[in-house]
Amino acid sequence: MKDLNATFERFGGVMLLPVILAIIAFVLIGRPATWITLTAAGLAMGMMIFLMASGLSLIFGLMDVLNFSHSAFVTAGAFVGATVLGWLTLWIAGSNPVLNIVGLLMAIAVAAVVGGLIGWFFERVIIKPVYGDHLRQILITVGGLIVAEELILMIWGGAPLPVPRPEVLTGSFIIGEVSIEVYRVFAFGLGALVYLGLYLVLDRTRVGLLIRAGVENREMVEALGFRIDRLFIGVFMAGSALAAMGGAMWAGYQGLITASLGAEMMILVFIVVIIGGLGSIRGSLLGAVLVGLMANYVGFLSPKVALLSNMILMMAILLWRPWGLLPAVKR
Amino acid sequence: MSGMILRLDDVHTDIAQYHILHGVHLDVPEGGVHVILGRNGAGKTTTLRTIMGLWRARKGAVIFKHHDITRMHVSDIARLGVAFVPENMGVFGGLTVAENMRLATRDGSFDTARLDRVQTLFPPLKTFWDKQAHALSGGQKQMLAIARAIIERRELILIDEPTKGLAPAIIRDMIVAFREIAAETTVLLVEQNFRFAGALGQTVAVIDDGRMVHHGQMAELVESQKLQDRYLGLSMAAAE
Repeated sequence: MKDLNATFERFGGVMLLPVILAIIAFVLIGRPATWITLTAAGLAMGMMIFLMASGLSLIFGLMDVLNFSHSAFVTAGAFVGATVLGWLTLWIAGSNPVLNIVGLLMAIAVAAVVGGLIGWFFERVIIKPVYGDHLRQILITVGGLIVAEELILMIWGGAPLPVPRPEVLTGSFIIGEVSIEVYRVFAFGLGALVYLGLYLVLDRTRVGLLIRAGVENREMVEALGFRIDRLFIGVFMAGSALAAMGGAMWAGYQGLITASLGAEMMILVFIVVIIGGLGSIRGSLLGAVLVGLMANYVGFLSPKVALLSNMILMMAILLWRPWGLLPAVKR
Repeated sequence: MSGMILRLDDVHTDIAQYHILHGVHLDVPEGGVHVILGRNGAGKTTTLRTIMGLWRARKGAVIFKHHDITRMHVSDIARLGVAFVPENMGVFGGLTVAENMRLATRDGSFDTARLDRVQTLFPPLKTFWDKQAHALSGGQKQMLAIARAIIERRELILIDEPTKGLAPAIIRDMIVAFREIAAETTVLLVEQNFRFAGALGQTVAVIDDGRMVHHGQMAELVESQKLQDRYLGLSMAAAE
């Protein structure tokens, strides 16, 4: 068993899991073209979930805040993004691919800014009075979520809102029998860019160093002379902006959104944060890719157990590694 | 406060509903190593954490170099030049040794000469400079925790039980290191290892049940079987 573990670690450790999952799915699906399509869809879905989950993971890890209102930022991002896309219909429905992409990026940017501002309001008004008190955090953030969802219903109404997709991102790349939606490739690319940006900030800057240290031991960071509470607001806003960005991307992916979008995604987001390891951006990425692939493979092979499959994945990983796959805190 | 770097005056500290410190008085002279001794649960760690601002004194005053730091935020106390090495060492396991050290610098850059001195004092830190700190042994983690406290010039270093769980050979190295550290700064040490404390300390305070029950010179306590029996319930011979 020890030798098996050592070999597993030598070949990449937990980073191998998506590869192992893909190989098992390949055997079960049996058709390479279908497998490639599902894998591409799973990776794109994983990247969008990663956007939503990474912020929650940092907020959990650094601030020790159980934020059940995180889904409100996802929903708000989706609706703001959809609204901006609606305003820019002439740009995104036209034949100019540059205007198409600029329009979409503007919608995502506005969603992220609005998400960050809502995050700032939440942190100052709702979260700040309950730091260090988990029970009150759960109660007040669930309350905040209900109010936010009602506000979204008040502003955009209860009817499903269609989301226009930029012309350049409609259709699919067809290679032989393989069909990959263009939007999914874009979603994957954007998610990868955001991950790269987060990695550079966390790994190469002093603020990133403080955040990583703060996730492990806030008290010690303060004893070294830093006001970590001043980092909290920035991290909360960044986490909320990422969630809104993920919501805007997901809105474009779905094409039709309702006020329950965020709440529906939160199950997967929580699974990602838990299996990835609290406070770990790499863990969130790995968890999101696993969840995205699992949802697509099982959704094809046995649609009725698609959601259940991710629950089973979470249970299996927690039995194996109770602190998640790549926990930020090394014990 | 002449000649004193730190004074605790009638300090009372509560943790939750428990009253832990019952009017602690303590004067720490500037320079050298000064030791607080006491049995488990006597209030040693609470005293250090109260000085550092990690737990708030309900009553009384903590004066550091003429600054009343009783109500100050822990980060402001650190910026006045007070370093803290907790009992669990407070090493960031997910960061490399280099990152742990860099965090303890004011602007993120090292004074090369000082870094060389610290690495000479604790050679394993140079060997494992780019390794993640969770991979270090207990003794190496303790070295890192202390090195982090001295990588910048500090006025006062608070250290909580640095020898806990360490092998005798490492403790001997620690004694050498502490003597060098004490040549440029003041160290307030909480210890249960009387041999270690006796070898280093200039003054000693004994705490029991949240009250200081003895102040004096360490040499006097080391020499006096009677004082050891009265305040510690052990002698140097027994500690050996």
